[in-house]
Amino acid sequence: MHDVNTDKPGDKPEKKPKRPKLPRTGIPEQPAKQRATNFDEVTLGYNEDMAKLEASRCLQCKKPKCVLGCPVGIDIPAFIKLIEDGDSAAAIAKLKETTSFPAVCGRVCPQEEQCELHCILGRKQEPVAIGRLERYAADWEFANGSSSKPEIAASKGKSVGVVGSGPAGVTCAGELAKMGYDVTIYEALHKPGGVLVYGIPEFRLPKAIVQRECDYVESLGVEIKLDYVIGRTLTVDQMMEKGHEAVFLANGAGLPSFMNIPGENLNGVYSANEFLTRSNLMKAYRFPEYDTPIKVGKKVAVIGGGNVAMDSARTALRLGAEVHLIYRRSREEMPARAEEVHHAEEEGIIFNLLTNPTQIIGDNEGWVEEIEVVDMELGEPDASGRRRPVTVDGSERRIPVDVVIVSVGTRANPLLTKSTSGLDLNKWGNIVADEHTLLTSKEGVFAGGDIVTGAATVILAMGAGKTAARSIDRYLQGEPLLTAEEEEAIYTAEEKAAEKAAAK
Amino acid sequence: MYKILDKVDYSDDVYMQVIEAPAVAAAAQPGQFIVLRIHEEGERIPLTIADFDREAGTITIVVQAVGKSTRHLQKLGKGDSIANFIGPLGLPSEIEKVGTVICAGGGVGVAPVYPIARALKEAGNKVISIVAARNESLLLWEDKMREVSDELIVTTDDGSCGRHCLVTEPLKELCEAGGIDLIYAIGPGIMMKFCCKTTKEYGVKTIVSLNSIMVDGTGMCGACRVSVGGETKFVCVDGPEFDGHQVDFDLLMSRQRQYLSQEKESLDLYVECGGDKRCMT
Repeated sequence: MHDVNTDKPGDKPEKKPKRPKLPRTGIPEQPAKQRATNFDEVTLGYNEDMAKLEASRCLQCKKPKCVLGCPVGIDIPAFIKLIEDGDSAAAIAKLKETTSFPAVCGRVCPQEEQCELHCILGRKQEPVAIGRLERYAADWEFANGSSSKPEIAASKGKSVGVVGSGPAGVTCAGELAKMGYDVTIYEALHKPGGVLVYGIPEFRLPKAIVQRECDYVESLGVEIKLDYVIGRTLTVDQMMEKGHEAVFLANGAGLPSFMNIPGENLNGVYSANEFLTRSNLMKAYRFPEYDTPIKVGKKVAVIGGGNVAMDSARTALRLGAEVHLIYRRSREEMPARAEEVHHAEEEGIIFNLLTNPTQIIGDNEGWVEEIEVVDMELGEPDASGRRRPVTVDGSERRIPVDVVIVSVGTRANPLLTKSTSGLDLNKWGNIVADEHTLLTSKEGVFAGGDIVTGAATVILAMGAGKTAARSIDRYLQGEPLLTAEEEEAIYTAEEKAAEKAAAK
Repeated sequence: MYKILDKVDYSDDVYMQVIEAPAVAAAAQPGQFIVLRIHEEGERIPLTIADFDREAGTITIVVQAVGKSTRHLQKLGKGDSIANFIGPLGLPSEIEKVGTVICAGGGVGVAPVYPIARALKEAGNKVISIVAARNESLLLWEDKMREVSDELIVTTDDGSCGRHCLVTEPLKELCEAGGIDLIYAIGPGIMMKFCCKTTKEYGVKTIVSLNSIMVDGTGMCGACRVSVGGETKFVCVDGPEFDGHQVDFDLLMSRQRQYLSQEKESLDLYVECGGDKRCMT
C-alpha cells in the first residue's frame, strides 16, 4: 500500500560488530503520486516492530555524541533503550523530561545536521534514525490516549509573561511551569503554535499534533492568551505592571522580504508567509468550506531554495498547479533539508537552478502573466562560504506563470520592538540578547528565537526557550545568570579560540 | 469569544455593532483598526475602529456588507458572539494642534473619521467636516460628526440630502479659500484618490487611511502592501494612514479586487445554502 523508503545500508561490514549489523529501518511514506494530490502527512511513521528494530541498532555509547548534537540535550540513548525494551510509555516520559515538543521535533528537526550527524554508528554506516524514533514514541502516546506528565515543582509564587506561542515561547513556558512559576503566553494569532501552525504545512506537520503539544503545555499550568498582540494590545512595560516579574520575547521572525524587482506588487504575487498562512492557518486549501480564498494558479513560480520555498512549492502543487522552483545557486547550496528537496522532486516540482528572476510582468488587469529570469553561473565564494552566483549576459528569458511565491527570507518585525523602550536592536532590527543568558538591555526582559537570530530552525528556537527558562529562573531567584562553572567554561572556550586564531 | 452588545442597521447593507473587547478598548486610539473572525472556518477581516469606550470596554465597528463574511456578520445581533477580535492594530493617527483641519468621510468611511475628528477637536483644532454618500439612505453619523465639528457639510451624489455634488467639490472650495492646514480623507479608494488629486493642487497635506486586504494584520504576511512614494509599504504596520499625495491608488484598488471571483463564489454558496454551513462542504 505504501512505499517504503529503504535507506542504503553501510558500505562495508565492521570487523567486530557488537550487535548484528542491520541497515537503517525504512519508514513508510505515501507514494509520491498519491500524496501530490492531498494534504495528508507524507511520512507515516514506524510501527512498534520497526521502532524496536531500529532502536536495536543503537550502540548505547558510554559517552554519547548524539546528545551533544541536540540543542535541547535529550538523553537519546536512554529513550532509545526504552523503545528497544518495548516500554514506549517510559520512552516518551524520558523524552518529556527535556522536550515539550517530541512529536514536532521528531518530524521537522534537521536531525542529519544535529544528533544523527554525531551518531557513532554513522561513521561506518547509516546513523540511528533518532528523529523517527522520537516521533514513534510521541505518536505512541497519542495513539494510546495516555499522557505522561513530568513532576511539577511547588509554586514559587512568581509570574512570567511569554510573548509568542511558537517553539521558543512554548518551550520556555513549559520549562518554567515545571519549575513552579505562573506562566502566561500571549499569542497574536487566533491559534497557538506560531510558525508550526501558520508556516509548516499539514502534510509535513499535522496541525492536530501541534494542538496536542500546546494542550500538553497548558496541562502543565501555562495559560495561553490568544488574540493578544504585544506592542499593540499590551506593551511590554504594561505586562510588567500587570505583575509579570520577567518577560521572554519570542515573537518570531516577522516581515517577509521581497526582492525589489519590478512587478512584485502585481496580483498573484505572494510572500511565502502569506501563501502558507492562507493555506495552513486559514485552511484556504479547503475553500469554500473555509472562507479564506487563495489563488491556486495553473503554473506557479516559487523563488528561493530554503525549507519555506519547498513548503510553498509542495503546497501549490497539492492545490493543483504545475510548480517551477527558481533558485539562483545550484542544488549543493540549497539551504533546504535534503529530505525536503528529495520529497519535492519526487512529487514533481520542476527545479530551475542557477536561475534568477529579474522582473515580473503583468497583464492589463494587474495580474501576473510572466516572470523574466536570467541564467547564473557560480563564481568565487562569498561571505557565506558559498560560491557567488553571477549573471550570464544575454540569457534573459520569460516563463509564463500566473502565480509567483517569493520565499527569500524575512526581516525583523518592528511592531513589538518599536513600541518597547530600552530594548537594544542590531542594525537589522533584531533584538540584541546575551548569547549565553538571553538577557536583553531591558531589566527583566529576555529574548530568543528568530527575533534574535533571524529566521532559523524550530529546534534552535526550542533551545533558546530552554536557555531563557534557566536564566529567568536564576534571575527571579536572585542568582547570577551564569553559574561559576558556566562562566569558566565560556572563558576557557574563548581563550582556546583566541589561541587557535593566534596560531593561524 | 467576543460578545456583540449592540447592533443597529443603517440600511440594507450598512450596520453598526458594539463589541465587548476590554483589552482592545483599553489600548485603542483613533486611526487604528481591528481584525475579526466570525467562527472557526471564518476568514480574518480588517475593519477600522469607528469608536471605542475604554470604561465600557467596547469597540464600535461600522460595516458595509459586501461579501460572505460581512453578510454573515450582519445576521448577528445583540447577544451573539464572534470567535476572534484582535487589536488595536496599525499606528494611531498623529493628533496635534495644527490649526484648521478638514475631515472628509465617504460612505462607511465617515465612521473611522469620527474618532479622528473628535481627537483633533479636543486637541484644539478647528474642524470642518464633510460627510458624503451616494444617497441619503447611505449617509451615516451626521449627528455624531456635527457634535465634534465646527462646521459640517453634507453632500450626496444624487442630491437626495445636503449638497448635490461629490465630496471633492466643497473640498476644492475650502482649499481655494485657503487657511486649511491638514486634511483627512477616508472612504472608498476612488473617493480618496480624487480627494488627493483635488488637494494636491493646493499643496495641502492630505492623510488617507487605506483598507487593503490583510490576513494577520501584524506584518507577517505582506498581503497589504501598497506603493507610497514609489516604496513598498505594509498597511498593517507602516499604516494604515499615509500621505495621500504619495499613494498609488490604482495599485491599491487593483489589489483590493484580487479575490473578486472567489468572493462571489463564496457569497453565492452562502446565499444558496441560506447560511447553513453544512451544505457548503
